[in-house]
Amino acid sequence: MAEVLVLVEATRDFTVKKVTLELLTLARQIGSPAAVVFGASGAAAAMSEKLGEYGAEKIYTGEGDEIDGHLVSPKATALASLVTRVQPAAVLLPSTQEGKEIAGRLAVKLDNGLLTDVVELTADGVATQPAFAGQVIVKSKVSRGIPLATVRPNSIAPTPAAATPQVEALEVSLGAADTLAKVVDRVVEQKGSRPELTEASVVVSGGRGVGSGDNFKLVEELADLLGGAVGASRAAVDSGFYPHQFQVGQTGKTVSPQLYIALGISGAIQHRAGMQTSKTIVAVNKDAEAPIFELADYGVVGDLFKVVPQAAEEIRKRK
Amino acid sequence: MNIVVLVKQVPDSGSERGLAGDNTVERQSANNVINEMDEYAIEEALRIQAAEGGEVTILTMGPERAAESIRKALSMGPDKAVHVIDDALHGSCALSTSKVLAAALGTLNPDLVIAGAESTDGRVQVMPHMIAERLGIAALTGARKLTVDGGTLTIERQTEEGYEVVTAATPAVVSVWDTINEPRYPSFKGIMAAKKKPVQTLALADLGIEAGEVGFAGASSEVVEHAKRPPRQGGQKVADDGNGGAALVEFLSSEKFV
Repeated sequence: MAEVLVLVEATRDFTVKKVTLELLTLARQIGSPAAVVFGASGAAAAMSEKLGEYGAEKIYTGEGDEIDGHLVSPKATALASLVTRVQPAAVLLPSTQEGKEIAGRLAVKLDNGLLTDVVELTADGVATQPAFAGQVIVKSKVSRGIPLATVRPNSIAPTPAAATPQVEALEVSLGAADTLAKVVDRVVEQKGSRPELTEASVVVSGGRGVGSGDNFKLVEELADLLGGAVGASRAAVDSGFYPHQFQVGQTGKTVSPQLYIALGISGAIQHRAGMQTSKTIVAVNKDAEAPIFELADYGVVGDLFKVVPQAAEEIRKRK
Repeated sequence: MNIVVLVKQVPDSGSERGLAGDNTVERQSANNVINEMDEYAIEEALRIQAAEGGEVTILTMGPERAAESIRKALSMGPDKAVHVIDDALHGSCALSTSKVLAAALGTLNPDLVIAGAESTDGRVQVMPHMIAERLGIAALTGARKLTVDGGTLTIERQTEEGYEVVTAATPAVVSVWDTINEPRYPSFKGIMAAKKKPVQTLALADLGIEAGEVGFAGASSEVVEHAKRPPRQGGQKVADDGNGGAALVEFLSSEKFV
């Protein structure tokens, strides 16, 4: 069975991200999953157990400063030579900023079609993609090359299927153009116990109605009680209530959790763009006419400063 | 420093959007505007020009109607524009688009190319790296801050946990998020001046690209089918009678979230 290459996404301290496990699960439906690890020295050793647990039959690894210390390009070069050598049935990458960027370069290097923001991919290469804020569902395929797809986090339920991966270190030969963009520093600004926004199965977001940065504690409290991530609408971010990397919507992140709770968010189309494929949507807003109620499975018309603390208290009681 | 800003005309993201019968983005009936993120790219270019001198050129690939967006972009202050326009481009995939833009950039020979981090229609985010790959120059993408020091560019690249500081020498492609600056509004003077600014049009033949390499003929991916997503149905809506929070948790519990 032909290999399906899966680009591994992980944190800096070598924790495999959930999207990688989702990609391995998807890869199993198409061929023999082979994980591709790029990162600092020790990356593959630290992650091989987890990758094997989700079915990686093989792990290719490219490690060290050259590949880890430059933006995107070395990874694309290494991946392109691997694709040329092993002739995989498909290449799957996470639909994150870096995943898309690597995929873009790979597409140029191999003159291979590219499918982005995929939520489903069939064994014969037909991809499903939500377009225009989820208003349209598109099915497409590459007409040149193999299926090369970036897949959105939270699109596939990850299921384990134990395998014992064979690890192979890649011999990467980089060109001068691969090391032009040098990463000179990595700064951690937020580090908490909350799950990452695009990967979380529960997201609690606050909007303009939250009123201030300080009041976002309420949003955070509910998120923590539900084991979820915190998001914010553009209005809240523009007002300086919460940092931009937590913005959900057209110019921010697209999320698709099991549960999305919108607090004090009116539900402008730009916000809906980032969350309307969530499985269950709950909204609290004092304006009964707010468009968010048109998509909410459950809506409470009321003052979030009364409703949310009561809900938090109730959840604590039930725990 | 000579700067080229990539500008794309897109259907307004605040309105209903869809695909046309030939599977391309519906532009006929749409309210077409400058891709919002590109305004931040233009603003950044103008700020660098104010400090470093040089010229700012707008580069757009698109049909005839894209000329409106080019004038709008010029009204913010750039010096001139290049419009790549050719009927054969209709239906182009990202790969073909990057080939055309890279060829056009080759004729302009800029020190710096600035683009929005993504367009609001495709949201594919690959164009800066595809172009850099073709030109063999650096790409510094996802910038929330850009500093120019002589021929050295440094960005803060937004990541999930914070940011990365990434540096490269010119020439390079930089893509920016909307956190980087606050774009200016065109002044009346700017709008009047834009009408007289030079807009050069380039056809595929001017770039040495065959019609068969782009458009539907050269597309590396194809849409098999598309359908409107059925609108989400609103569910239960209750007014808070003093027990709204508890009722909400009851709902969450019934859905097994609590």
